[in-house]
Amino acid sequence: MPAWLPGIFWMAGSTLCLLAAVGVLRMPDIFTRMQAGSKASTFGLAFLLIGTALDIAEGATVARALLIAAFIMLTTPVAAHAVARAAYLTDVPLWSGTVIDERRLDQERLAASVEADGAADAEPGEPPLGDVR
Amino acid sequence: MPGVAEVAMFVMSVAIALAGVRMLLGPTLPDRVVAVDLLGTLTVGLLVVAAADAGQRAFLDAAIIIALIGFVSNIAYARFIERRKP
Repeated sequence: MPAWLPGIFWMAGSTLCLLAAVGVLRMPDIFTRMQAGSKASTFGLAFLLIGTALDIAEGATVARALLIAAFIMLTTPVAAHAVARAAYLTDVPLWSGTVIDERRLDQERLAASVEADGAADAEPGEPPLGDVR
Repeated sequence: MPGVAEVAMFVMSVAIALAGVRMLLGPTLPDRVVAVDLLGTLTVGLLVVAAADAGQRAFLDAAIIIALIGFVSNIAYARFIERRKP
């Protein structure tokens, strides 16, 4: 294995991590920031781990690198989803250039259909469907 | 003449500084949580490169622990944001 191979992976990985940080700093609202930060940093970290596993080519190091890579790739989407859901439900403002908000469209459609069906179907104490979170 | 590992560590440090700026600016609490999560991931990356550069295998163990704590704290913050009184 050539000696410069880990360096290539390190430079690629650190550049991707820098792009993730620039995206988090410069993107206009929380949801775009979140996708820049979670996707690019996961990919960059995978590159850094490949570089280190090639540089220290021992069984224990490679196993740890694989463990970190698997853990980050499993948990980052879950964490980003949880924070995005919490941010949306607490009405963090969307960017003014947002094209589509499908959840709001669905809720408006639900509220409209409940209104059209009339109050006869609904039980007296039933909460309106529009509030379902 | 710095080696390529030092250059990579410097780039990671710049990235960590940028994420820290977003953490300080971040207009809402979820913005800060996203920035802190990115800080944790970037710290793991910096430790991974430093482990190869310094020849310290123990840095990788520290990276595993930081990744674990970062995930748990992120989930806890998400629950807190959802449930706190506005």
